[in-house]
Amino acid sequence: MKEFKVKVEVKLKPVVLDPQGKTVLTALHNLGYEKVDDARIGKLIELKITDEDAGKVKERVNDMCMKLLANPVIEDFVVNVEE
Amino acid sequence: MSKSDMYKFGIVVFPGSNCDHDCYHAIKNVFGQQCEFLWHHETDVGRFDCIVLPGGFSYGDYLRTGSIASLSPIMKSVEKFAQAGKPVIGICNGFQVLVESGLLPGALMKNSSLKFACKWVHLRVESTNNIFTENMKVGDILDIPVAHGEGNYFCTPNELKALNENSQIVFRYCEKNGDLTPESNPNGSIENIAGITNQAGNVLGMMPHPERCSEEILNGTQGRLIFESIISWLNLNKKEKDRA
Repeated sequence: MKEFKVKVEVKLKPVVLDPQGKTVLTALHNLGYEKVDDARIGKLIELKITDEDAGKVKERVNDMCMKLLANPVIEDFVVNVEE
Repeated sequence: MSKSDMYKFGIVVFPGSNCDHDCYHAIKNVFGQQCEFLWHHETDVGRFDCIVLPGGFSYGDYLRTGSIASLSPIMKSVEKFAQAGKPVIGICNGFQVLVESGLLPGALMKNSSLKFACKWVHLRVESTNNIFTENMKVGDILDIPVAHGEGNYFCTPNELKALNENSQIVFRYCEKNGDLTPESNPNGSIENIAGITNQAGNVLGMMPHPERCSEEILNGTQGRLIFESIISWLNLNKKEKDRA
């Protein structure tokens, strides 16, 4: 058994409007950062998992994303596993 | 209404529910039905005639609105209850719990204005093909208050097509005269959707609060129509059962 550090990035799908990102974009422009073309806001979830190998961990975390961590109707997710 | 006509309503209480007492008051004192609070650890709701998922901020809206509540022990039993064709109504946070649990399609996102919307809105009745609008006509306009930060309904184009084809869209936000305009939509929801049912028409999710407008003293009584429709349906269902 090994300990893994897992990072899950959850982002709104590109087709879904992100009003929070739009508001942050406007605020950045107001600060003078006019070269910023777009801003999208997501979540970062960090997990510590003890399991046999990275493949199994990835499989389980994908499952967790489908069931709870992300809402597949509106969100995409990326799973990164580190030992 | 005679005592024998009283039905048992169960109101599910999650940590953070805050419209549970409003629903209880409306059902018990305004409509004279039996009513019980059900803590989310309960595992059997089979003894009830109707289940209400009330508004609020279950689990502080952690992760996504309704997501944690949708995994509480009671929800398995609510699913079974719904599959048996019995009425389930989710109001506001209750609607969010229903979409997260998969009992209704789609998702509810942050209001496009990013503001909490707390005001009276007009709703157009779009379908009466269900338990909850039996006492209404398509095109009727109801005045009902909303109070939410995440009521922006979203679903895939295929889901939207299916919702329209099966008459599952029950309420849309509209102007006083019934026109569907972006201005009358308090949260940016797709096609002005305010409430939908499942395909069978026995599970309703809606963002507006009928329990807050069921008495004169609250300046509006059109929320009554929804509860009265449920009670009419229960009466009809009971008669059919008695006959069988």
